[in-house]
Amino acid sequence: MKLSLAYKLLLLWLMASACSAAIEDHEFASPEQAQRYQQFTNELRCPQCLNASVAGSDAPIAADLRQEVYEQMQAGRTDEEIMAFMKERYGDFISYRPPLNSATWFLWFGPAALLLVGFFVLRRMLRSMRSFNTEAGLSAEEQQKLQRLTGNNGDTGA
Amino acid sequence: MNARAKLLIPVAVFSVMLGLLFFGLNPERDLNYVPSALVNRPLPVFALPDLFDENGTISSSELTGGIFLVNVWGTWCPPCHQEHPYLVEISENEPQYTWIGVNYKDDLEDARDFLDERGNPFAKTVVDTDGSLGIDFGVTAAPETFVVDSTGTIRYRHVGPINHEIWAEIFEPILAQIR
Repeated sequence: MKLSLAYKLLLLWLMASACSAAIEDHEFASPEQAQRYQQFTNELRCPQCLNASVAGSDAPIAADLRQEVYEQMQAGRTDEEIMAFMKERYGDFISYRPPLNSATWFLWFGPAALLLVGFFVLRRMLRSMRSFNTEAGLSAEEQQKLQRLTGNNGDTGA
Repeated sequence: MNARAKLLIPVAVFSVMLGLLFFGLNPERDLNYVPSALVNRPLPVFALPDLFDENGTISSSELTGGIFLVNVWGTWCPPCHQEHPYLVEISENEPQYTWIGVNYKDDLEDARDFLDERGNPFAKTVVDTDGSLGIDFGVTAAPETFVVDSTGTIRYRHVGPINHEIWAEIFEPILAQIR
């Protein structure tokens, strides 16, 4: 009884893992070609299903696009040519690498610009803190007193 | 810049973030929306079999000199069944538009039976058994409908089934514009 339950669970697990991957029997002349196909279809976004690559999707259109990529690769077309073919039909959306144009410049440069702004803000804050510590905060008399108390003579340490 | 104006900066930044958040959470937004690459581009070139004429072919050059509605469908697709009566009705009521069917990845016998039984809105039906014309049209899933103007340029792509509301609210304004 126990054994059969474990067996059933194992079977269920095997079935589940078989369903999750899109499997086709494409034949390649070399492992390099198979890898090129795998990499290319991983960078194509499935146009039907959100957040899945053409390689990883079970949608019928993804299967068609895999077949298309396979055939074009077998016909000797380059990655650039195949990507141009795809973009002509499905737009830039099809690629997981967005091109640089007026619609995407913020995507490309936005994070760096924000980092730069953050850097300037931080620098200004540090500067005003420093000037507060050394100049505005204590009078010369107080400064001397502080040095006496801490046993530190000369350097203010700022 | 005075101190008061400075205080507005974080408020402005926060407002922008809030705007983006609401855009992202908007339940009306269609997450699967893909802008079509083919709008304002010429119809893809094709020459494919005619569903009702074993030896005949239909070529893209025949789609000139009028407004065409190209509908990609299949008997295996439930939303296509849903929109079919509307297509039949619209094609009868508005004969100024020519409907061209693209029977997409279907069993041809089933497709012929379907049109014989439920009415045929299409002047011609192109057979696309392997889905290659579908790829040329940038189809993601059936049904899809393309509006082609008299110069052979695609003017609009509709994803999903058509009904009276969609026809009146989306198609009619576009068709009025390109007539």
